[in-house]
Amino acid sequence: MAQETQEPHVIDARGSFCPGGLMELIKELRLAPVGTLFEVWSTDQGSARDIPAWTQRAGHELVSSTAADGVYKIQVRRMR
Amino acid sequence: MAQEVVVLGGGVGGTVVANQLARAVAGQIDAGEVRLTQISASAHHVYQPLYLYMAFDQANPAEGRRPQASLLDPHVGLITASAERVDREQRDVVLAGGRRVHYDYLVLATGSRPAPEQVPGLQEGGHWFYTEEGALRLRDALLAFTGGRVVLVVGVPHKCPVAPLEFTFMLDEWLRGRGLRDQTELTYTYPIGRLHSLEPVARWAEPVMAQRGIRTETFFNVERVDPQARTVVGAEGTTLPYDLLVAIPPHSGQKVILDSGIGDKGGWVPTDRHTLQMVGDDHIYVCGDTTNLPISKAGSTAHFEADVIAANLASRLQGGHGSARYDGKVVCFIETGLSKATYVAFDYENPPQPKEPSALLHHMKLAYNRMYWLTSAGVL
Ligand SMILES: Cc1cc2nc3c(=O)[nH]c(=O)nc-3n(C[C@H](O)[C@H](O)[C@H](O)COP(=O)(O)OP(=O)(O)OC[C@H]3O[C@@H](n4cnc5c(N)ncnc54)[C@H](O)[C@@H]3O)c2cc1C
Repeated sequence: MAQETQEPHVIDARGSFCPGGLMELIKELRLAPVGTLFEVWSTDQGSARDIPAWTQRAGHELVSSTAADGVYKIQVRRMR
Repeated sequence: MAQEVVVLGGGVGGTVVANQLARAVAGQIDAGEVRLTQISASAHHVYQPLYLYMAFDQANPAEGRRPQASLLDPHVGLITASAERVDREQRDVVLAGGRRVHYDYLVLATGSRPAPEQVPGLQEGGHWFYTEEGALRLRDALLAFTGGRVVLVVGVPHKCPVAPLEFTFMLDEWLRGRGLRDQTELTYTYPIGRLHSLEPVARWAEPVMAQRGIRTETFFNVERVDPQARTVVGAEGTTLPYDLLVAIPPHSGQKVILDSGIGDKGGWVPTDRHTLQMVGDDHIYVCGDTTNLPISKAGSTAHFEADVIAANLASRLQGGHGSARYDGKVVCFIETGLSKATYVAFDYENPPQPKEPSALLHHMKLAYNRMYWLTSAGVL
């Protein structure tokens, strides 16, 4: 499927204490087509915890989650 | 020929930029070397935070409105008109009716708007206090309210991130004052896994909610409203029944941004987080709610950004490079009820640390509501 190889849409939420990484993801995901792959960059631990939890509850796919140099990079695909 | 600076938008950001720049380059304007023009769709400047108080019948629309011309430095020319399009090739702003206003430098400060139409059923089934009309309609609904289930839902993105909490605490106290709290089940929902995006604020709010008997539901993103059944459905599968639904609607950028092809899908303009220039356009700066930056959409944000933009424009108009940088600074006062308030301050590097709520801070917030006119006019 074309969507499997697509470049992720990067959401740079580094240094965002409010609204933070998860809200930035929700803001973009709401308006994007199903299948879109996102990569959230976040420096806040709350988002690193919340993004996977929300992704599961809202029925989207957690593709990957990594952390390096204090930056979390979390990939999520819109599924519905 | 004069260098033309156009500020599009006469809200917090646009007004502070225009006044600060006017002061900085007054000599050049007097000499005819620079022309500074503000374009605003409204002849009135509106102080939006008063909507919160209007919902509780504690303020009236006239208190929140001043003629825009009365707030501007005389060196700023004001055009009251709605812009339809930004033509980046010609460097013109195209107004309704076709008139073109040329710019060498443009500041986009058109703000954001609540977009309740993005949530099916919300317009028919819900209330909001993010517009004057909405606040007055909610005021009337509250005055007619005799008890039942009140649910607050929060759309993403939205401006003034503290308003959902403030409204909830103010409503709790207001209901107690009217002897209706025992007959009311009050539910506060929030889109992420805690009660507020600012972690210390969320930590502080949790015991306060419990103490006041306010029910909470996290991970709730409003997906649709059924006005007949009086239920609101979240994207995470939760359905909540309501008698009175109060929403912070999801927000959108303005039509002029979308129609000009200079925004993302939501109508937010891609902006460099430090220079505040539109990505890929050296002639355009972006201020306040209009940016796509991952920071709070708030008056204080617009104000701090305006300081940087005005300084950089003044520098460039005088032959400098305009290299001042925005550090992500935001300050928010938070009402914790009808008589106490607190505040938080943070930037890209430094997380927020809220202060203990006090009556003094509440009075400072109320005082700021009055002093606002001086800050936007550039006096404070
Ligand atoms: C209920 C409520 C409470 C709030 N409380 C607070 C608070 O306590 N603290 C805080 O910091 N912030 C608060 N805010 C948020 C704050 O009001 C906004 O974030 C702030 O006004 C943003 O400033 P701005 O300059 O980006 O946009 P705005 O102030 O919204 O100004 C936008 C301007 O652009 C003009 N415009 C739009 N489209 C066009 C067009 N096509 N052509 C010409 N002109 C156009 C408008 O007429 C307006 O003059 C609150 C907001 C609300 C609704």
